[in-house]
Amino acid sequence: MKTVSVSPHVHSSLSTDKAMLFVIIALLPSAIWGVFAFGLRALLVLLVSVASCVIVEYIMGRISKENTIRDYSAIVTGLLIGMNMSPLIPLYIPVIASVFAIVVVKWTFGGLGCNWMNPALAGRVFVFFSFSSAMSTFIVPRYVYHAADAVSSATMLSAIKTAVSSGASGSNVDILSGASVAMSHFASGIEDATGISGYVVDAFFGNIAGCIGEVSAFLLLLGGIFLIVTHIITWHVPVIYIGSFAVLSWIFGGLPRGLGLFQGEVLLPILTGGLILGAFFMATDWVTSPTSRKGQVIYAIGCGFFTFLIRYFASLPEGVSIAILLMNIVTPTIDRYIRPKKFGYVKPEKKKKGVEA
Amino acid sequence: MSRISTFKRGGVHPLDRKELSKDSPIEKLPLPGELLLSMSQHLGAPATCLKKKGDSVKRGELVGSASAFISANVHSPVDGVVTDVRKVRLANGAVADCLVIKVDEKQDDGIFDAAYDYSSLSSEELLGIVKDMGIVGMGGATFPAHVKFSIPKGKKVDALVVNGVECEPYLTSDYRTMLERTDKVLEGIMIISRIVNPEKIMIGVEMNKMDAIARLEERIASLGYPIEVVALKVKYPQGDEKQLLKATIGREVPSGKLPLDIGAVVANVSTCYAVYEAVVHHKPLIDRIVTVSGESVNTPKNVLAPIGVKASDLYAFAGGLKDDINKLISGGPMMGFAFALEDTPTTKGTGGLLALPLMISKDTMPCVSCGKCVEHCPMGLMPNKMFRNIKYGNYQAAMDYGLMDCKECGCCAYSCPSHLPLVQGFKLGKKLGRKAK
Repeated sequence: MKTVSVSPHVHSSLSTDKAMLFVIIALLPSAIWGVFAFGLRALLVLLVSVASCVIVEYIMGRISKENTIRDYSAIVTGLLIGMNMSPLIPLYIPVIASVFAIVVVKWTFGGLGCNWMNPALAGRVFVFFSFSSAMSTFIVPRYVYHAADAVSSATMLSAIKTAVSSGASGSNVDILSGASVAMSHFASGIEDATGISGYVVDAFFGNIAGCIGEVSAFLLLLGGIFLIVTHIITWHVPVIYIGSFAVLSWIFGGLPRGLGLFQGEVLLPILTGGLILGAFFMATDWVTSPTSRKGQVIYAIGCGFFTFLIRYFASLPEGVSIAILLMNIVTPTIDRYIRPKKFGYVKPEKKKKGVEA
Repeated sequence: MSRISTFKRGGVHPLDRKELSKDSPIEKLPLPGELLLSMSQHLGAPATCLKKKGDSVKRGELVGSASAFISANVHSPVDGVVTDVRKVRLANGAVADCLVIKVDEKQDDGIFDAAYDYSSLSSEELLGIVKDMGIVGMGGATFPAHVKFSIPKGKKVDALVVNGVECEPYLTSDYRTMLERTDKVLEGIMIISRIVNPEKIMIGVEMNKMDAIARLEERIASLGYPIEVVALKVKYPQGDEKQLLKATIGREVPSGKLPLDIGAVVANVSTCYAVYEAVVHHKPLIDRIVTVSGESVNTPKNVLAPIGVKASDLYAFAGGLKDDINKLISGGPMMGFAFALEDTPTTKGTGGLLALPLMISKDTMPCVSCGKCVEHCPMGLMPNKMFRNIKYGNYQAAMDYGLMDCKECGCCAYSCPSHLPLVQGFKLGKKLGRKAK
C-alpha cells in the first residue's frame, strides 16, 4: 500500500500527547513528595482532582463528539489543580476547580489549544476567591514537629506578609523565627554547619507549609530541567520569569518594610509561594504563552513584574497564579504585535504603496 | 582547518540516514528498455518538442528546444526511436509532454570522450555552451543555469558560492560527486567563475561529510585554485541558497529578491560537474547521479542514470523494494514529492529516489500554540498564524504574515507536535492567495 502526501515525509519524534506525558512525569516527583510530607490525605486530593478533570473532559468530549482523553491534557490539568491545593482542602473544592477549569475555561472556547487562560490556574484562582479561608489553611509536614498530628500553620510568605503589614521590619529570618515558624532538624543542622538560613534550606527541599505540589523547589527544578532537556519547554520563560522577579525583589523588596533600595531578599521569595512550580510548569504552558521568542521574553518579564507587584504591594501574600493569568490575557496581543524578524526583511518604505487595502 | 559556520535562525536536525548509501560508489545503470523524457525538465516554460512519433534520436541530440528566456534545452540521453509522444504525470504532480523513447540495443558510447580546449573562449561563449547543453540547477529547483549565470550589466558578483551541503536526509549523490569527481567539479567551478567573474569563490559542505571536505581541500591546494572550503555545522535547510549564503558570506537575500541582488551566485556541485562535461566534452545534461535509498530499498545505491529513466528501473537496480514499502519519494524526505506510480520518470532535478516504510501515522491534533514552528522557521515567519489564517480563508492576512517568503522547507511541519499539515496548507494558501489577488 503506497501513500502519497505532501512533504515533509519525516517527522520529529515529539507529539502533543507525548509532551503532556512528559509534563506529568516531570510533575510526579514533587507530587509524590507532597504525599510523603502531608500524608495520604494529599494523595486523596490529587486523585480527586485528576479524576474529576478526566471525567469532565470525557463528558465534554462526548458532547462535542471528540475523543480528547488520549491527549493526556486533562490529567495535566487535574494534577496541577491538585498540586495547587492545600492538603486539608475539603474535597468538593478541587472538584469545583476542575469543573470550572475544563468546562468554562477550556471547552467553552473550543477545547485543547483554544483556551486563552491556563485552565488549572484559572480553576485554582476561581476557588481561591470563592473559598479563601479553606484555600489559605495549610499544615506543616508532620516530621518537622515530630508530632503525631499535622500542625496547621501559615505559609512562610503569608507569615512574612502579616508581620510586615503590621509594621515589622528586619530580615525574613527574624520575622519567621519571631512568628515561631518551625524549622526541620535537618535544616537547622545545615544552618549550624554552613550558615545558610535553615528556612531557605527547608524551602528548597520542601519541609514547609504550602500547597501539596509547590513545597519542594528542588524536585520541581529537577522536573523543570527534565522538560528543558527533552525540548518540551525552553529555558527562556522560567529563567527570565524568576530572574526578573528576583531583580525587582532585590531592588524594591525592602521598601514595604522601611528599608532602602537594593535591600530586598531574593532567595526565600524565589523558593516559596509556588514560584518555581508556576515558572516551570504553568507560565510555560504552550497554549497560553506567546509563540515567538521575543514575545516569550516580554511575557516572562511581565509575569515577574506582576508577581513582584502582588507579593510586595498588594494584599495577597502570593501572586504567581494571578500574575500568570494576567499575562495569559495579554498573550494574544503579544503574539499579534511581537513577531520575529523575518529573514531578509526589507524596510517598509518601499512597500508603502501596497498598504491602501 | 577551514572556516566553520552555519546560519543562525531556525532549522531542524532530522536523522540524516546518509549511512545507508554514502559508502557505495557511483554505479552506472545498465541501459533501460524505455525512457520517458519530459519536456518540463526545468523550472519555467516547457521546451518545444522537436520530435514526433516514429523519429529516431541520437544520444546527445537536441529533442526539445528552450521556448522562452526561462526555459532549457532537452537532449536525448540515448540512441533510440520515439515510439510515442504523450502526457505523463511527473513525480511533482505536474503533467508534461513526454517523448517515449525505445532504447536501441547498440549504443554509440564514445561520442563524448573527446576533450576540447576552452581556454580561448570568452565568457559569453562559455555561457552559450551552458545554455545549449541544457544545464539546469541540479540541487532540485532545476532553475536554468544560463539564466542564473547571466549577470546583468552593471552588477558585480562578489561571491560564487558552490553548494555542496546536501542537507536533505538520505541523499548522497552530491557527496559521491565531490568524492569521486573532485577534480572535474573543481574545474567546473573555475569555468563558472570565468562566466560570472566573482571576487571570491567558496564551497560550502556540511560537517557530516568531513572526508569530502578533506578531499576538496587537498585537491584545491594541489591544483592551486582560489577556492575556500567552508565547513558548515549540520542543520537543515542549509542547502537552501538563502541559508547557505547567510552561512557562507553572512548576507541575507532580501525578501522577494534573488541572490544576485546581494552580489552572489549559487551553484550546486552537480551543476558544476555538468558544466565541466558541457564545456570540456560538449556533453549535454543527459544523465545524473541519483541516490536510490530508504529503509524499504534492499541495497541502497548511488546510480549514474540517464535522465528520464523510470523509477521502477532504478528501484530494481537497487535490489528491488521491500514489502513494508509505504511511500515512494522523488527527492529528499523533507521537500521531495511522494508519487504513486513506479514508472514515473526522473528529471534533471531528481537527486534521489527514496522508498520509505510507514514511519509515523499520528492523527493531527489541534494547534496548541507551542511555538515550535516559529522557533524552527528559518525564514523568521509564524507558521501557526499563517496556517490559521489560511484555514479560515484569510489569504491576505496570511500573506501579510509573510506567506510568500515561505519556501516550504518543512521545518515547521517536521517539528509540529500536533502533526498539522502546515506545508500543505501553505502550498494551498499561496495558490488561492494568488488567485484572490
